[in-house]
Amino acid sequence: MFPLNGPMQDQHTPAADMNPSLEDLLVAVGRERNRQAFGVLFGHFAPRLKTYLRRLGCDSGAAEELVQEVMLLVWRRAETYDPIHASAGTWVFTIARNKRIDVLRREQRPEIDPDDPALVPEPEEAADRRIEAKESSGRLRAALKDLPPEQAELLRMAYFEDKPHSVISAEHGIPLGTVKSRLRLAMERLRRSLKDVG
Amino acid sequence: MNRPSHHPGDTLLIDYAGGALCEGASLAVATHMAFCPACRHAVTEMEAIGGALLDDLEPEPLSAGCLEALMARLDHERPAPCRPALRPSAERSRYPEPLRSYLRGRLDRDGRIGEGGWRFLQPGMRSLDLLSGPEGTTRLIRMKGGVGVPKHTHGGIELTVVLEGGFSDEFGAFLPGDIAIGDPSLVHRPVSDPEGCLCLATTIGGLRMTGPLGRLFNRFVKRF
Ligand SMILES: [Zn+2]
Repeated sequence: MFPLNGPMQDQHTPAADMNPSLEDLLVAVGRERNRQAFGVLFGHFAPRLKTYLRRLGCDSGAAEELVQEVMLLVWRRAETYDPIHASAGTWVFTIARNKRIDVLRREQRPEIDPDDPALVPEPEEAADRRIEAKESSGRLRAALKDLPPEQAELLRMAYFEDKPHSVISAEHGIPLGTVKSRLRLAMERLRRSLKDVG
Repeated sequence: MNRPSHHPGDTLLIDYAGGALCEGASLAVATHMAFCPACRHAVTEMEAIGGALLDDLEPEPLSAGCLEALMARLDHERPAPCRPALRPSAERSRYPEPLRSYLRGRLDRDGRIGEGGWRFLQPGMRSLDLLSGPEGTTRLIRMKGGVGVPKHTHGGIELTVVLEGGFSDEFGAFLPGDIAIGDPSLVHRPVSDPEGCLCLATTIGGLRMTGPLGRLFNRFVKRF
């Protein structure tokens, strides 16, 4: 898919004639240990991860160190990436979230194990309704842009401030009921966008 | 197996998906998720929202040389190990991940929770601490059949996930996988089902008892 041994291109933009998606690049890193693809992924994600970590309170130096740790995990785990389950952005987000909980809070992140035989399985028909992650991520981003500003702002706080909604309510002086209803309304709209098949 | 009927709700699931919940509360939510395909799906959607929000962040340039330094580190990376095989105990365990990891060393040969380390709370009710930190305590609570907890309210938030058996309170019947959420506005008096009850309970902030027996209980709770 990519010239394996070709000269390194500008790492911040994919070559125009190929224009592979971030998902393609991640798969190439997983399958071929493709450094050029990794460089492009770094160019896209590293500056956004830095902003993410700065919003969580890291200074510039600490944020850059942590960005490198996250990208190293992206390199190591790329083989386990499956574009059907998550867009590249979603997959990187979960790695960054777990890493910052580990490093900044020194806590573990309890998660289910999707291969655990003790998991209660989902009903068959629900599994059939799932839409491929890559397809829905464009619609999701469009729906985020259309959210009323007060809902979008609260959603960003929920993801980027390391505070549960009850604390956001107390610190920002927004009644708890208002916080909950705004988040629920935002979820309703975004869910609809995930289900809309073009 | 029946699927749960009491769920954490969207706002708590967003807290979990975004990474804002402390470890104990996350453990309670994730344990519910092991029983609940619907909430697993909701968290998948919420993580997709996290991914979209990350993509929309204003990029902040990194210092020169960051990528080169990282590329140099990749030279020292060994080839990725093959995926770890399924842990041998997994199939026999009655407790799903992530809870199982927190029970490591406490399970007997049959995968049941051993008898050591339990504390007396009140007649018919014992607890076993799993995690405690500045934000709260996470423990298992085991109740014999028909035991009532003194009427109480919650200073902070209390998340209780039923693992075996069940209990009922003013808000309904709670069976395996169900999660009960107690907050300061809630006063309740749970009673365990005849076959007893094993729960995972995470308390963030204080738990305050109301009523005379409750005041006695409060002194216990503070020591935890
Ligand atoms: Zn649920």
